[in-house]
Amino acid sequence: MSLLKTIETGLRSLLGHRLRSVLTTLGILFGVAAVIATVGIGQASSDSVTARITSLGTNLLTISAGSTVSAGVFGGAGSANTLTMADVRGLQDKVSAPDIGAVAPVTQGRASIVSSSANWSTTVSGSTDGWLVTNTRTIGSGTFFNANDVATRAQVIVIGTTTASNLGAGVGDIVLVKQIPFQVVGVLAPVGSQGFGNQDDLAVIPITTAQDELFGGGVQRILLSATSAGTIGSAYLEANQILLQTHHLSDPSQADFTITTQTQVLSTAQAVTQTLTILLASVAAISLLVGGIGVMNIMLVSVTERTSEIGLRKALGATPVDLFRQFVIEAGMLTALGGLLGVATGLAVGYIVPRAANIAVTITALPVLVAVGVAVVVGLIFGVYPALRAARLAPIEALRAQ
Amino acid sequence: MPASEELIHLDSITKVYGAGDGAVAALQEFSLTVASGESLAVMGPSGSGKSTLMNILGCLDTPTSGRYWFAGQDVSRLNETELAHVRNRRIGFVFQQFQLLPKLSAWRNVELPLLYRNVRDRRSLALQALDQVGLSNRVDHRPSQLSGGQQQRVAIARALVTNPDLILADEPTGNLDTASSRDVLAVIRELNEQGRTIIIITHDPEVAPVAQRTVHVRDGRLVEQVAA
Ligand SMILES: Nc1ncnc2c1ncn2[C@@H]1O[C@H](COP(=O)(O)OP(=O)(O)O)[C@@H](O)[C@H]1O
Ligand SMILES: [Mg+2]
Repeated sequence: MSLLKTIETGLRSLLGHRLRSVLTTLGILFGVAAVIATVGIGQASSDSVTARITSLGTNLLTISAGSTVSAGVFGGAGSANTLTMADVRGLQDKVSAPDIGAVAPVTQGRASIVSSSANWSTTVSGSTDGWLVTNTRTIGSGTFFNANDVATRAQVIVIGTTTASNLGAGVGDIVLVKQIPFQVVGVLAPVGSQGFGNQDDLAVIPITTAQDELFGGGVQRILLSATSAGTIGSAYLEANQILLQTHHLSDPSQADFTITTQTQVLSTAQAVTQTLTILLASVAAISLLVGGIGVMNIMLVSVTERTSEIGLRKALGATPVDLFRQFVIEAGMLTALGGLLGVATGLAVGYIVPRAANIAVTITALPVLVAVGVAVVVGLIFGVYPALRAARLAPIEALRAQ
Repeated sequence: MPASEELIHLDSITKVYGAGDGAVAALQEFSLTVASGESLAVMGPSGSGKSTLMNILGCLDTPTSGRYWFAGQDVSRLNETELAHVRNRRIGFVFQQFQLLPKLSAWRNVELPLLYRNVRDRRSLALQALDQVGLSNRVDHRPSQLSGGQQQRVAIARALVTNPDLILADEPTGNLDTASSRDVLAVIRELNEQGRTIIIITHDPEVAPVAQRTVHVRDGRLVEQVAA
């Protein structure tokens, strides 16, 4: 029997059981749509994490207190404040650290800021003039505070645009942080929300002032920038060497600090999102498998129901190959249809979800092709057994079945 | 070797169903010769082995032992695909239960055997066959819209559309009233008069006279041959 005629016969039989065909198709449809949507969401979140992290600059290093290498002994990162201003001075030494550019210690907390017209709670960081460079930020209006302000514990503050508009304050105004008056000397240029909270809602003051008046003595983190992206490796080694010295440690495995590069952060984050995507896609793939089993189930029912038709066709000259092809093609059509509708549904999800909920979906060609390919293969595999049953039916048994 | 004008030559065919204690010999040492252009009625009580004979004659089943030559070819040892080709090209079947596909129109039913040999012009061949059985005005009707006699005539059209060497009819009037039976038998007789070989299996003594020759089967054996 010609392929065209086989397809036509298959269509006729599928249309003869419309509801059943639709329900079987749904199983594949949801499987394919789920694969496309989950991979799309995973891809989007991976993209946005990558974008956020690379926007922070690839020549940046962060030193935090505590060791992640021997977390069991030291009680985990940040458990003890082992970083000091002496470390900062050591890192700023151009002779032992020629590849380190800007250095900015940070101590940070939440505080309420009061202006003449409003009251606003935000993140207040104590830092030095290296803060701008190590955070890849620029000033919008006014100036950032300088080394002299840090040395003299000046009561000056630089704020983000969101903070400025919520406080109704600008350059030159006086605001109170914990009853202490600060003069606004600069407003940062806006960068927009990058997912780690609103990067335009913050305030920065000299670290000396912060230590004395607000958060006490420690240094939570030290941000470094290498002189270029190419020197990040040597900057890392220099920072490590200097801190081991200032902390009087001879054994590097005893380090009570951790240095991370943005590249490390990036690859960790990418690994995490990738793992999540694979996990979600596997769950979706299982639903595809379940859909395939549904196809097999329906095809087995169909072979049983059509036993006498199969017998008749055999009596009239259909070969086992003819009947095998007939049933495999019917199964293939069910899954191909389910696959195509699944793609349409997946694309619709990709269009609607970012608009309805604040979840990004990035749909690329590969998962779509893979999902449809897998659906068709699943359909064919699960169609083979019922088709073999049809092909092997003895014509006399089948004819008697009426 | 059998003579060339013989269409069918059965040489001591035995068919055993099952094995061991439950084995049933439905045909035993059964020999029969049918000449090309002949019409033959096979009669016998229920359970005598008529359907088993029909299945073997129709290449729907293979004998346990013995030889079967069909148009000079030994078909008793062919595989399933080769048997399918013999059925498709050389044999037309008419069944007691008509065996029409209910969702297909009359001409689509008649077309079926042609689908398995990739002929062009299937519709005109089907219409020609329907015309031969007097149903040219019913070509687009579904089986459910036709009387029993008309359905059986559609089945006959389907049997002859491939221009087969042999038409095998198993109780073709078994499900029909007297008037319809007469119609169907008239069509069968006409086909034989046009030179086609016909074997009718029946237990109805009214049917047998349509054929030139009648054989009787009892307990899987040929018991007598009667010339009409
Ligand atoms: N598939 C089968 N399996 C076992 N026994 C069978 C089968 N087909 C027929 N028989 C037996 O073979 C004998 C002949 O059956 P059948 O050829 O159908 O006779 P008829 O058509 O004359 O009524 C019966 O005893 C029947 O029970
Ligand atoms: Mg019978």
